[in-house]
Amino acid sequence: MTAVPDQPTIGSTGQRPAGGATEPGSVGSATAAGSVAGAALDVERIRADFPILGRQINGHRLAYLDSANTSQKPQAVLTAMEQHDACHNANVARAMHTLGAEATAAYDQARQRLAAFLGAATEEVIFTKNASEALNLAAYTLGSSLRPGDEVVISVAEHHSNLVPWQMLCQRTGARLRWFDITADGRLDLERAEADQLINPRTRIVSVTWVSNVTGAVSPLATIADWTHQVGAQLVVDGSQGVPHRPTDVAALGADLLAFTGHKMLGPTGIGGLWGRAELLATLPPFLGGGEMIEIVRMTGSTYARPPQRFEAGTPPITQAVGLAAAVDYLSAIGLDAIQAHEQALTEYTLARLAELPAVTVLGPTTTVDRGSPIAFTLADIHPHDIMQILDSYGVAVRGGHHCARPLHERFSAQSSVRLSPYLYTTTAEIDQLIDALKATLSFFRVDPAAPAQPNRLTGGGR
Amino acid sequence: MDVQTLYQDIILDHYKAKHHSGLRQPYDVEVGHVNPSCGDELTLRLTLDGQTITDVSYEAVGCAISQASTSIMTDLVIGRSLDQAGQLYDGFQAMLEGQGKIELDEDVYGDAIAFHGVAQFPARVKCALLGWAALRDAMARSQLEESA
Repeated sequence: MTAVPDQPTIGSTGQRPAGGATEPGSVGSATAAGSVAGAALDVERIRADFPILGRQINGHRLAYLDSANTSQKPQAVLTAMEQHDACHNANVARAMHTLGAEATAAYDQARQRLAAFLGAATEEVIFTKNASEALNLAAYTLGSSLRPGDEVVISVAEHHSNLVPWQMLCQRTGARLRWFDITADGRLDLERAEADQLINPRTRIVSVTWVSNVTGAVSPLATIADWTHQVGAQLVVDGSQGVPHRPTDVAALGADLLAFTGHKMLGPTGIGGLWGRAELLATLPPFLGGGEMIEIVRMTGSTYARPPQRFEAGTPPITQAVGLAAAVDYLSAIGLDAIQAHEQALTEYTLARLAELPAVTVLGPTTTVDRGSPIAFTLADIHPHDIMQILDSYGVAVRGGHHCARPLHERFSAQSSVRLSPYLYTTTAEIDQLIDALKATLSFFRVDPAAPAQPNRLTGGGR
Repeated sequence: MDVQTLYQDIILDHYKAKHHSGLRQPYDVEVGHVNPSCGDELTLRLTLDGQTITDVSYEAVGCAISQASTSIMTDLVIGRSLDQAGQLYDGFQAMLEGQGKIELDEDVYGDAIAFHGVAQFPARVKCALLGWAALRDAMARSQLEESA
């Protein structure tokens, strides 16, 4: 591993500059924030690493509860990117000067650090611009040999980014799109899938989310992987809400391809990735054409580079890769086990506090069993945009709408919902701030706080 | 920014008790409008007698701003000519996009002046315009059908 030469640290954060030490656990202040698996996080210590969390919004302390949408960045990530741009900026793999070598080393190291984070081999990690591009890459390459009669299986709970690419693929190839239904509490309905022979010898690809971005439900990936591989199909997993929040070991996950995005795991926007089993990647055709993905180009035809370069056309997001590597170092130093335990405790607390409000209906599991931390809900018949607006006036940031999962909302007979999504820096005080703001919202829109919510009805099943 | 500026009492009143709500027969034109960012949906019917708007009926899923704005819009345009309704639309849109610098004449706009605060919340301008945009679309189509 080539180390990038030390450079003067930019700013005075006292944190490790980027591109230097690469061992997880070496992040200065994060280590002190607690790294024992399962141990309670020192959340106040962690919060001190995130400059934005000190902001006041509309006269209130910011309660940032929108991390499933995009997470915030610790100073270590901000510094790493600034340092790279200030001291090492050059294009990668083609500039033969010193800066080019440094930038190339930084980019290569970013891939190595991300691979280590995922429990993967370095050449199994492809950088993309986001999870959507990763899933489109998966659909395009895996699906290139599909024919009419083949079947692709997704679920009604998917984010549009793990839905529309497969719809487009099926339209292109004549393959049939089928999907898992959900149970009343928002889990994939395995019983019905089994009864309907959803996954069968015609199935070529199964693509499901690891953790739902709406219900928070964790998919039974082990079972689905078994079913998928028994019929010789490939399993794609959308890890956008899984990889940032729980330990990832691609060997144990059961997936053949795993998509994720940087900006939901303390990294910058503009970078995501696709992990693929090496043997599978070797068989896949290129996705986008261009520089760096080729071997030899002739006017009569070209040959292509080996994975992962085969799937990375053009100048990659270099600074973003450096930032993402700093993010995974930060997460590793704290420990994904500890982060998961923190979020689970917080989810339990939040579900209990939401249950105090009869007007709240949660879309998804109301226990922490097999559940991630996003919690979507409706509040009486108040429109989520109105709720968000009032919450924002109390400094509480949540997301309102269908969260890019319109079919799932339709299935719940909900036009849209409000979603809170915590992370390692979230405190119970912020949840209390949310609950108080929800009470104020009810009163603002003249709703009797004791009035019961309408129970959710599942509608429009079918496939 | 004070959220009370956005949600004036007049707006909350219309939101709680919408005027002219529900789809009615007969009608000349029906249009459907969607706000893709929030998924709000609106079906609007326009009934004309010559160039005069005799009814606007609608069914909508949406936020308080869009529901109240549609309710107030129907109060304003029913009984007016297509030209007058078009002028009302232009003035209302100019106010919303005027970043708080344009005042509406209360004698002309009635309850709609309550949307002055929306101009300070750019993300909500679309909400306040949803019903009006559907009306403008329906008016344009009625004239196309006329001339066809």
